[in-house]
Amino acid sequence: MSEQVSAQTTSAEGEHRARPETIRAVPVRHPGRWVAAAVIAVLLAMLVHNLATNTRWQGWIINQYLFTSQVLHGLLATLWLTVIAMVIGVFGGVILAVMRLSENPVVSASAWVYIWFFRGTPVLVQLIFWYNVAALFPTISIGVPFGPAFHTWSTTTLVTTFAASILGLGLNEAAYMSEIVRAGILSVDEGQSEAASALGMRRLLIMRRIVLPQAMRVIIPPTGNETISMLKTTSLVSVIASFDLLVSVQRIYNANYKVIPLLVVASIWYLVVTSVLTVGQYYVERHYARGSMRGLPPTPPQKFREFFVRHIGITHAAPVIPERDTGGAGS
Amino acid sequence: MTTVPTPEDGAAPEASGAGAAPAEDPRAGMATATTVPVTPMVEALEVHKSYGRVEVLKGITLKVMPGEVMCLIGPSGSGKSTFLRCINHLEKINAGRLSVDGALVGYRERGDRLHELREREVAGQRTEIGMVFQRFNLFPHMTALENITEAPIRVKREPKDAARAHARELLEKVGLGDRAGAYPNQLSGGQQQRVAIARALAMQPKLMLFDEPTSALDPELVGDVLAVMRQLADDGMTMIVVTHEMGFAREVGDAVVFMDGGVVVESGDPREVLTDPRHERTRSFLSKVL
Ligand SMILES: Nc1ncnc2c1ncn2[C@@H]1O[C@H](COP(=O)(O)OP(=O)(O)O)[C@@H](O)[C@H]1O
Ligand SMILES: [Mg+2]
Repeated sequence: MSEQVSAQTTSAEGEHRARPETIRAVPVRHPGRWVAAAVIAVLLAMLVHNLATNTRWQGWIINQYLFTSQVLHGLLATLWLTVIAMVIGVFGGVILAVMRLSENPVVSASAWVYIWFFRGTPVLVQLIFWYNVAALFPTISIGVPFGPAFHTWSTTTLVTTFAASILGLGLNEAAYMSEIVRAGILSVDEGQSEAASALGMRRLLIMRRIVLPQAMRVIIPPTGNETISMLKTTSLVSVIASFDLLVSVQRIYNANYKVIPLLVVASIWYLVVTSVLTVGQYYVERHYARGSMRGLPPTPPQKFREFFVRHIGITHAAPVIPERDTGGAGS
Repeated sequence: MTTVPTPEDGAAPEASGAGAAPAEDPRAGMATATTVPVTPMVEALEVHKSYGRVEVLKGITLKVMPGEVMCLIGPSGSGKSTFLRCINHLEKINAGRLSVDGALVGYRERGDRLHELREREVAGQRTEIGMVFQRFNLFPHMTALENITEAPIRVKREPKDAARAHARELLEKVGLGDRAGAYPNQLSGGQQQRVAIARALAMQPKLMLFDEPTSALDPELVGDVLAVMRQLADDGMTMIVVTHEMGFAREVGDAVVFMDGGVVVESGDPREVLTDPRHERTRSFLSKVL
């Protein structure tokens, strides 16, 4: 009892006391990590050594072809296809998702049918369909339905191989993205739309300003997956066109028979792009995490600094987690 | 059904309460003889609401005059939240009449037929009715300030600077002038609820609805929120407050309505209803919460 009383007096009069010393504990040792790091380092060294010395890898060929214009053109085409198809996919996906959640039965049913069709048939078939669409519809016109046309184009000039590739990949992707977006929208608490409605906001405004920004946290990780997957799916356009990365290297190895080295060249580029996308995704996720955690997790550079502070004792490094707000939580 | 005398000046509930006649005589309390008939802020006539086959509101009739604070009490599931949500048309009523400041909620009367209002018109009606929720429902991806300025900027098209200045004033008013940049999850429940009140006030509503605003709060945080609401009542805001805080109902309320099973069981002056209820159901409810 008397101890408690004295504890209370301390806290009441404690203002004059010196603040206790900041804890400088010895961090927990993780010997397992060092062992694992050593094993992996040895394996990596073996791999590099093999790549450098094993003539069957024909490493010099890899170097030689990595930056040839044929390969770079293929890479560029692949990047364009991925970007445009994903843009169509994301925007189409958002529109389809909002349509599916619409109260209008005609609207939601059309979205359902679209998704059903485009998810239910192979992309390859869709690509070939768009490539051959001119056979089905030789001309495309704008005008009054069943009435006069204002303008008519020949389908072959409109739907080039590039356009057919974009249509095939993008429209298919929209169907998948719409389900991802819908899951994101449904993950947002209903109280959010309710509070926004009570403020006089209208449905589309609520979707744009309140629901979608919160849904992004759920939408982004699978969208990153889809983008990386799309990067490689673009190689399917080789059935109708001959400009993507994989086709470029195929054309080279068909001529010189260096199959493995050229496939390695293509894979290196796919890996490079995937890595860039992964880093990009990380920062987009951080952006949409604002307000959702009391402090944002540190970025890799910040973690790196923290590691050095902890293990090597550099103490002048900047604080690891930036303060975003002056007051403490729930002051 | 009973109505309650209107204090012309919301700042003096005590005086009006003292002069008020028994609740059966609605007009007797209108002390100012010269006033033209005042349009009730909220008028419900035989309001019915069902979810599927289940009837949740079974004919609610009540009246709230401008400047009045009405406290709605009753056991859980009695339809209090549902009634509140009908007032700003978050729910559609199935029968009866419900009007705010003389205008039907969600409908227009043409001839003898009711026409549903368009989404834009319903939204317009809602801008004049503020609502505060039990679970705050702040927008977590926006700071306190952004939560408050969002609707004035996007809905009322107020200039950003003016909206921000007004928002800062409101934050000051609810005692959170220094927390403008905080995200909701950096705030305590009581602070969040006060931001939510400021957010509703930013639209300059003529009516405020509170649905158990302090029920989700730790006991020591309830006082701050009630103080803000009391201040609002003193400033003359018309309020309907669903609450279990009987002290607040007694001191701030001009009228208290006890609901049970989708009907109004008893209503009148808080001091009478809360201390000497006439109905057995009211009595047994009060004995549980007091
Ligand atoms: N969306 C809904 N669908 C079906 N029943 C509902 C719905 N909302 C509320 N109810 C029912 O209506 C009744 C009244 O609910 P509510 O108005 O929330 O009561 P209170 O706020 O007084 O506790 C409850 O029985 C509840 O189960
Ligand atoms: Mg309720």
